[in-house]
Amino acid sequence: MTDNPSYDLECLDVSKNFGSIRAVKDVSFDIPSGSFFSILGPSGCGKTTLMRMIAGFEDPSGGDIRIKGKSVLGTPPNKRNVKMVFQHLALFPMMNVYENIAYGLRCSGVGSAEIKRKVHDVLERIALPDVAEREIHQLSGGQKQRIAIARCMVLDPDVLLLDEPLGALDLKLREAMKIELKLLQHQFNTTFVYITHDQSEALVMSDNVAIMNQGEFEQIGTPQELYHHPSTAFVASFVGDSNRWSGVVRSSDNTGGKVETEQGLPMSFSSAGEKTIQEGARVNIFVRPEFIRTVRAGGDDLQDAAGENRMDGIVDSLLFNGANSRVLVRTGSGELVESDVTLTGENDLKPGEDVHLVWPSKQSMCFADQGKA
Amino acid sequence: MMQNKDIKRLSLYLLFAPFALWIILLVILPHIGMVVLSLKEKIAPRVYEYSFANYLEFLHEPIYWNTLLRTGSMSLLVTALALLIGFPIAYYIAKIAGPRSRGGLFLLCLIPLWVSDLIRAFGWILLLRETGVISNFLLWTGLIGEPVEFLYNDVAVIVGLTYTVILFMIVPLVSTLDGMDNAMIEAGYNLGGSGFTVLRRIIIPYAMPGIVAGCIVTFMLTAGSYLTPILLGGKNSSWFTEQIYNQFITRFNWEGGAAFGMLLLFFTSLVIWLGLKLSGQTLANTVAKS
Repeated sequence: MTDNPSYDLECLDVSKNFGSIRAVKDVSFDIPSGSFFSILGPSGCGKTTLMRMIAGFEDPSGGDIRIKGKSVLGTPPNKRNVKMVFQHLALFPMMNVYENIAYGLRCSGVGSAEIKRKVHDVLERIALPDVAEREIHQLSGGQKQRIAIARCMVLDPDVLLLDEPLGALDLKLREAMKIELKLLQHQFNTTFVYITHDQSEALVMSDNVAIMNQGEFEQIGTPQELYHHPSTAFVASFVGDSNRWSGVVRSSDNTGGKVETEQGLPMSFSSAGEKTIQEGARVNIFVRPEFIRTVRAGGDDLQDAAGENRMDGIVDSLLFNGANSRVLVRTGSGELVESDVTLTGENDLKPGEDVHLVWPSKQSMCFADQGKA
Repeated sequence: MMQNKDIKRLSLYLLFAPFALWIILLVILPHIGMVVLSLKEKIAPRVYEYSFANYLEFLHEPIYWNTLLRTGSMSLLVTALALLIGFPIAYYIAKIAGPRSRGGLFLLCLIPLWVSDLIRAFGWILLLRETGVISNFLLWTGLIGEPVEFLYNDVAVIVGLTYTVILFMIVPLVSTLDGMDNAMIEAGYNLGGSGFTVLRRIIIPYAMPGIVAGCIVTFMLTAGSYLTPILLGGKNSSWFTEQIYNQFITRFNWEGGAAFGMLLLFFTSLVIWLGLKLSGQTLANTVAKS
């Protein structure tokens, strides 16, 4: 596996200690060539430290980092063919766009005719052919973003690291840049490693996502796998929204079982993470809002709504957000449950109405309590 | 409504008044007086006539303009030395030292300012004179056979002046370098630059406003200093301020002294203007900023 050239970047048991604090703990992963890989985690989970080790700004305390199959430990940052788009882009304000892009080429001693050709070529590819002579402060946020990427891509890196580069943009532009980044990655066909705490960025753009928490990788998988088959409770709660119940397993087999929640409600589940959970174990159950159907009490819809789990409640409030509207239902035991609804403007649910919440047991993701909480 | 506006205007005037008084009474008026004085020529006791005679005398007497050129070139040398020594210190304080040691280091740089110029110059005299610390130390090690006088030469003047002004180089440099995002330096390395390339193409261009501001202040202070060249250079220091002093006090030739004073001002302004032109900076984004 180690001399397999189809991996652009491999990390083997990489760890980093700052004094007694273990920022990164034995992280291993490999990224196939030309794919978009995201590392998603809350702030302070060690993802930036991991990225800085790949770029060479920090030395790992243990483990190995390989680029194109070759270990880069001991290689200084300016000799690694890993380029980085910084959080605040770090474009050089004293150079114009052309000089910013040409900087790396000049460092590697490329002739000036070749530099000119390459710079204009890369500007074409990011669809900004006319900005070469502009100063950095004359560019818009999205243009700066693309220049920062072009500045790296012109050097033809093995891996491009992106450290939350969309964080500083406003919402609208951020949405547009997500799609654009993905397209740019396709176009350059280079391995992108993208670091973010924003799950929608990671889910939309990535081929594979690693979820990082407290210095460790919780799960690596495609966005769909992470969303629908999280392997740990942290992944289930961090990726996507979910309703959460704690309880104790009353009966269980290798396909699923029944839980009594702390509120005393029975709930059936399908075992997540392909592990049989022992009877009597304390568990957490996660249910995505889009799998819970809210139907009016006494309505005819109840028969259509398939699902082993049922709860009764009263509509507390409606959270209107176009196609992503939600309803908050206060159940008999007092907690609030979120569920997706389609609000058409006619005959919609209203606060105060009695409703049933229904969902199938295979959408109840159940994880044994690690005893941490 | 109207009253409110008047009160606002009045308070603005009142706040501005001390500054305006300071500028007018201590800067503009004396300089106008100097210009008028410098254009007067004594043709008989208590009889004066307007002419450029004082300026022409400066041109006709090589010792005068030689002294001015010497003062200028030595000041440039001191400025360059202050920059060369000050830049690494400023870089260390702003970029390498931890947040806790940064304040302490900055304070250490400021401590010499608590002591007067005179005392600091005497400190150098204690070190450099024939019976001073360095001479005695070298005698003790056997490197020299008899006491050596380190004072009263150009090297002593340059060392003393550099020591006096280096702080005014470090302060603007620290504040510009402090504002520089570390990611920019890292980006410089990440894109393949060597340490030298990063320094030459990223750090120095970024710090240019601070460098120019520091250079202007140190050059002005050096060219206009009096005490340090006299004390460390003795009679041989030939600093232009000494000539001005001589005109005013020794020869009691106020007209000549005023003309010399104006010449020094024009000369240093010219050097600074040239420096700004060559570095592509303006006063607004250098001295005015820091």
